[in-house]
Amino acid sequence: MSTAEHADPNRRDFLYIATGAAGAVGAALVAWPFIDQMNPDASVLALASIEVDLAPIAEGQSITIKWRGNPVFVRHRTPKEIEEAKAVPISDLPDPDARNANVKEGDPATDVNRVVGGKEQFLVMMGVCTHLGCVPLGQQGDYGGWFCPCHGSHYDTAGRIRKGPAPQNLPVPIYAYISDTKISIG
Amino acid sequence: MKLFTTLAAAAFALLAVPAFAAEGQKDAKDISFSFEGPFGTFDRGALQRGYKVYKEVCSACHSMRLLHFRNLDEPGGPGFTEEQVKALAATFTVKDGPGEDGEMFDRPGLPSDRFPSPFPNEQAARNANGGALPTDLSLITKSRAGWYGTFNQLVNGIGGPEYVYSVLTGFEQAPPELAKEAPEGKHYNPYFAGGHWIGMAPPLTDGQVTFDDGAPNTVDAMARDVSEFLAWAAEPKMEERKSTGFATVIYLAILAVLLYLVKQRVWAKVDH
Amino acid sequence: MGGHSNYQPKSAAEKWLHERLPIVEFVKTTALDFPTPKNLNYWWTFGGILALMLVVQILTGIVLVMHYTPQAELAFDSVEHIMRDVNYGWLLRYMHANGASMFFIAVYIHIFRGMYYGSYKAPREVLWIIGVLIYLVMMATAFMGYVLPWGQMSFWGAKVITNLFSAIPFVGEAITTWLWGGYAVDNPTLNRFFSLHYLLPFVLAGLVGLHIWALHVPGNNNPTGVSVKSGQDTVPFHPYYTMKDSFAIVVFLIIFAVFLFFSPNYLGHAINYEPANPLSTPAHIVPEWYYLPFYAILRAIPDKLGGVIAMFGSILILFVLPWLDTSKVRSGTYRPLYKVFFWLFVAACIGLGYLGSKPPEGWYVTFSRLLTFYYFFHFLVILPLLGLLETPKPLPSSISDDVLAKKKPVLPEGKAVPAE
Repeated sequence: MSTAEHADPNRRDFLYIATGAAGAVGAALVAWPFIDQMNPDASVLALASIEVDLAPIAEGQSITIKWRGNPVFVRHRTPKEIEEAKAVPISDLPDPDARNANVKEGDPATDVNRVVGGKEQFLVMMGVCTHLGCVPLGQQGDYGGWFCPCHGSHYDTAGRIRKGPAPQNLPVPIYAYISDTKISIG
Repeated sequence: MKLFTTLAAAAFALLAVPAFAAEGQKDAKDISFSFEGPFGTFDRGALQRGYKVYKEVCSACHSMRLLHFRNLDEPGGPGFTEEQVKALAATFTVKDGPGEDGEMFDRPGLPSDRFPSPFPNEQAARNANGGALPTDLSLITKSRAGWYGTFNQLVNGIGGPEYVYSVLTGFEQAPPELAKEAPEGKHYNPYFAGGHWIGMAPPLTDGQVTFDDGAPNTVDAMARDVSEFLAWAAEPKMEERKSTGFATVIYLAILAVLLYLVKQRVWAKVDH
Repeated sequence: MGGHSNYQPKSAAEKWLHERLPIVEFVKTTALDFPTPKNLNYWWTFGGILALMLVVQILTGIVLVMHYTPQAELAFDSVEHIMRDVNYGWLLRYMHANGASMFFIAVYIHIFRGMYYGSYKAPREVLWIIGVLIYLVMMATAFMGYVLPWGQMSFWGAKVITNLFSAIPFVGEAITTWLWGGYAVDNPTLNRFFSLHYLLPFVLAGLVGLHIWALHVPGNNNPTGVSVKSGQDTVPFHPYYTMKDSFAIVVFLIIFAVFLFFSPNYLGHAINYEPANPLSTPAHIVPEWYYLPFYAILRAIPDKLGGVIAMFGSILILFVLPWLDTSKVRSGTYRPLYKVFFWLFVAACIGLGYLGSKPPEGWYVTFSRLLTFYYFFHFLVILPLLGLLETPKPLPSSISDDVLAKKKPVLPEGKAVPAE
């Protein structure tokens, strides 16, 4: 840059600053599509819903189905399991949040808030440990619910974390009863 | 420099001569569409009516497998609501499975499904249509040219939607010298890109599809609507493309002016 | 030429880095302080434009590969998935496809600039040769890239061009089978083209590095063709040419944007939106526009092997251009006869391009043969003779003298020294 500049330095600087700023804005706008193309595309986002027929699941039985690439536990709970879950005071829970996409955010993790439509015998939740993502094993662990073998998290009969490194209760995805015995997840 | 200009002009004049179309296909009728030009947008009504024509007439033989039902409520498209899309997806039957018994089964469509094909495979499609394969319509308006010519296409576009419109409205009596050698089961259509004889019978008749808003349903109107719908089906992002383009060119023009001023300022002191 | 460096590291951190990897000094001497003739016109901005287009193609290509499937049954659908479902996929795909055309528009202007101003002449012969290599690699890359969407033209273009190799005597069939990985263009061909299409742009980047290195030895040519005599003739590359190139790049981008956003399929072929069908040949197989002149030359010769030789010959002849042109004067500015023949050559190339898009019938064939003959005549007869027969205009004594002469209405005293 010539130091013997006769032009008004303020006007000169303004032009360079304006141009530099315009160029920077353009660069950011151009960069965005390159970054955003890595985000999930429309076909992935398309709410893939699946229907699950609950009738064949006998009391005390669980099934695991795949939804959006992840396992979902569907359990037909026994009355004993339901009672146990209801008896736990919220203050005992490391994670008091219901983590249920079907109830209001922040609602407490009462057993009622862990199911949908008052149908307490069916528990539907993601089979992905909230610690680091392993699949917990059913009807194991100290609380009669699920036990994650990777780092020793224990979940109770309502899928709520009770002991171990997992920070949150197993999340309940969006689902609804489309008939007495059928649900649609997602 | 003058010599260059003269030669360039000569070159352009040469390029302006239209090339002949494939197989002697007649140039498509150049009707105007709302989405033509740098600021053109789709007419939602036309897209919805065109969808109805596809559903009630074309889908009997033609698949549109690159589209999903969920595309119908995306921005820049026919503008159906999510509820409408769920309902109209359910009017289609799609194959799914295998079920618990190991067999495939039929079920109503979901928004995440593709438009199903009316035939299980190409052979079945040909058998049902006298050996001819009804083309998939997902990209028909981008894979056909209505006319040719370097300059012609630059100014008038490639004419894909016009091609579809022309074929749909272009069935006519074969001229006597050609009528003699009419192939079995084919129909005369001078706009068809695969030669004058098309395997498809004229698919549209006046009043065939009733539109809820009472819009005209002559062959001409339905052909326009379905061509517009298929133009969207081939390029669902067209409106976004043009609006992004407008903003981009404006931005670049401003940046060009700024950079030119900077360049002038930088070079001001130097003889060059 | 930036032989000496008065670089001094400005901070302790910079000094530390400089002792381990003198990259700051390198950038300063080659890209910022590099003495560049001060009279370069806008035809000289295309080098920078080409560098940008290579970066654009690589960046868009890399993100496209994140979504593309190089498998014959899935490739076409994966490209449509990009156009319809991937966020901004339509933009990235159209950028890549139209970017290829813009890349070739720029490279042709760049090559013709070199031809007009004698940039291929001593001591820049190697620079020119590397340039021709770059052009060849570009053509290979673009050819393979066009096959990847697996449309009708992708498939049939691949079939026609790979079939050319069977014209080679004795080993032709074996080579063609080897290229295909089978008995026809099919999935193995697609997969290997995908691998090579990803590889070659990085080979290009290396060649471009060599190209710029070869340029920096003698320094840039300039419109007068007269070599740099002193610091009076040059300005530092930054900010003079960084800013001028930036302006030119943005104008180029406007043209790119107009194609990309408003006519993204104009430069392509509609039929490529139909999935490849090995059993049905399209009515007219035509390559992309940037190959058309060579396609015309190929079809002009009635013999298969002859056509192949003529086609490759028309590119390979470029390698020896520095030795075919016998003129001692570098720039076309001072060669009145050469100017005429240069523009005739450009017209012949455009004519061949037009003819390449036409079916090989009637008058089209006749003119293709005439222009093919003229193309080789230009290199093998006209250029060698011109140097011997032409009387050039007097050259300016230096770049700065030429610049000054153009500025003042009254010419300064001083004789023009002919030829160097």
